[in-house]
Amino acid sequence: METTERKQYKFGMVIDLDKCSGCGACAVACAVENNVAPAVPTTNTRNGLTWMNVTAVHSGDNYPNCETVFVPMSCQQCESDTPCLTVCPQNAVDIDPNTGIVGQVPQRCLGCRYCMTACPYHARYFNWRDPEWTAGMTKQLNPDVAPRMRGVVEKCNFCHSRLHAAKQKAAANGSRELDPADYVPACVESCPATAITFGDLNDPSSPVAILAADMHSFQFLARLGTKPKVYYRSEKQWVREMAERSKTRTQQEAFHG
Amino acid sequence: MDNFLIPRGVRRTSFGNFLLWLLPWFAMLSVGLYAIYLCLAEGLFHTNMDNRFAFGIWIFLDLTVIALGAGAFFTGFLLYIVRRKELSAVINSAVIIGLICYSGAVLVLMVDVGQPLRAWFTFWHPNTHSMLTEVTFCLTCYLIVLLIEYLPIVIKNRQLRQIPKFLVFEFELHKLMPVFAGIGTFLSFFHQGSLGGLFGVLRGHPFAFREELGIWPSTFFLFVISAAAAGPSFIMLTTRLVERITRKTLVKENVYQLLGKVSGLMLVAYVLLKSIDTLIWINSTSPGMGFPAFEYYETQSFGTWILFTEIVLLGLLPALVLLSSRLRSDRRLLFGAAFLVCCGIMLNRFVMTIQTLALPTLPFDAFLTYLPSWQEVAAFAFVIAYGVILYSLTYRYAMVFPQEKELNMSYAAQNEPADAPVRGTMRPGLAMQLLQKFMMLK
Repeated sequence: METTERKQYKFGMVIDLDKCSGCGACAVACAVENNVAPAVPTTNTRNGLTWMNVTAVHSGDNYPNCETVFVPMSCQQCESDTPCLTVCPQNAVDIDPNTGIVGQVPQRCLGCRYCMTACPYHARYFNWRDPEWTAGMTKQLNPDVAPRMRGVVEKCNFCHSRLHAAKQKAAANGSRELDPADYVPACVESCPATAITFGDLNDPSSPVAILAADMHSFQFLARLGTKPKVYYRSEKQWVREMAERSKTRTQQEAFHG
Repeated sequence: MDNFLIPRGVRRTSFGNFLLWLLPWFAMLSVGLYAIYLCLAEGLFHTNMDNRFAFGIWIFLDLTVIALGAGAFFTGFLLYIVRRKELSAVINSAVIIGLICYSGAVLVLMVDVGQPLRAWFTFWHPNTHSMLTEVTFCLTCYLIVLLIEYLPIVIKNRQLRQIPKFLVFEFELHKLMPVFAGIGTFLSFFHQGSLGGLFGVLRGHPFAFREELGIWPSTFFLFVISAAAAGPSFIMLTTRLVERITRKTLVKENVYQLLGKVSGLMLVAYVLLKSIDTLIWINSTSPGMGFPAFEYYETQSFGTWILFTEIVLLGLLPALVLLSSRLRSDRRLLFGAAFLVCCGIMLNRFVMTIQTLALPTLPFDAFLTYLPSWQEVAAFAFVIAYGVILYSLTYRYAMVFPQEKELNMSYAAQNEPADAPVRGTMRPGLAMQLLQKFMMLK
């Protein structure tokens, strides 16, 4: 019997910070796609659920030389020594060997938040309260994504539901290979500036792999050795230098949008 | 009213006074219970923890009480394995303190996790690479060991001893105690260490991350040794507190001296290893990850003073006092040093939890602060109240200190007024007098 070898993907993205205008469309699209409940009035930047979090970072220079860059940050999908993976006591974090995607199993999560403590990007979020949708909003919930309950951790998974849909489509066509056009996460799709490029980093001819190898591309906290699969790109030197620094240069420099 | 339950040959306060003593602790317990209810029933938004400060005062205090409760395993180890028989005078108290600390910590953990009903998942599909798995397994097993060790103390109650089967059971249990002490030491070694390992493996927090020795980070061993140093000191302090509240001499001086010496020895080993570890971290581990260590201490709240206080003032200083037999023989210095040791452990656990989370890792992150909510404080106050109540009940109805009868024989025989100062004790302060008013043995 002839068997087709399964293709090894390594999904990743490159976010062009020079293109990002900080509009937040990616964050909204992410929340809608993944059934993240709307925030309550007491929610703030520290306790809300923002799988995709956009942060404004200033250059720290005085006017008129001051510049601002917006950094959309989701789970960085660490490939090596994944900090959240090894710490979870009950295997609620896993890495799909076929896609490289770091997944979270909310149904198994104890809510100990050790993974959140371990994540250097603060890209993991805890359900501090029961998710609540106002009347009528439940009709727009994505039927392919299970809402999470109170007391569990959640995070970006490169839109798992879309990956499943793409797999199903490929299977229906008798193929084991995904069509890149079929698997596009919500944030990538929604970005009006096309600042986010997504795809298979294992395919050297893919736009994402070409961009990731670009001399202006970099990873945040690359020196920790966790090999994040989310790259950033900027032609501005101060932005690349900022990513290399170990701390904020000035207090004014850091500003959470 | 409850005289038939009180051990023979010892004096306890009247039942009314005892109830009055328990009253404020029950009040504290009730407030804590309400806070716990809020967190369990409505969610952890009642706390001031957030996605960045995912661990708060609960984890910090859990680590502290588990270190302080290490007296149970270490005293057991010294008594049953090393055969230091003098320590039989405090072993019961050490077991009760250990049980309170561990059960209290587990109770708070059950409130702290988002889905406590899923706690068994860790046993069902454990991640063997996680330090928390090791902690969960060892903590649960050791709590069972502590309960087994606590049983003979309860069975020693005057009424329960009248049941022959209980007497036989207690006798048999006593024969097995060295085995349980060995198991307790084994389990404690792993969970105390794994609690340190929890932070030492955090690659995402170069402030906490440490080099590995074998399969564990150095914090694993530092936590074991520091807990072994703090445990005896905490036993000394709690025993002394009970002595002052009850105004009795409950253990002989040589027991305090031995505990002080053991604590000093462990502490000096800890200070030495901690200093070496800190130097390696400052010069190699942290800069190797691109984070110059001095930058951690540039924030106003956590300057280098915290490192100096932790290692020198609350480490080296009490270690030297406890190691010197001349200084140790002065009771004020002895208990003062023991107090500093416990404060040092508390500061170390604070640094590992709160300071680690407050410091930014991302270049555009700011230093963050966190203040616990009243629910977090009250939930922990619940544990303190529960501990005081359990200890008070056990002290009243069981023979916690085997030397009590012997040391207070002349006192009882001469029928001295209960408010007369007891030999060898210091004059109590106002707060202590108030405590005595309720707990006085008359």
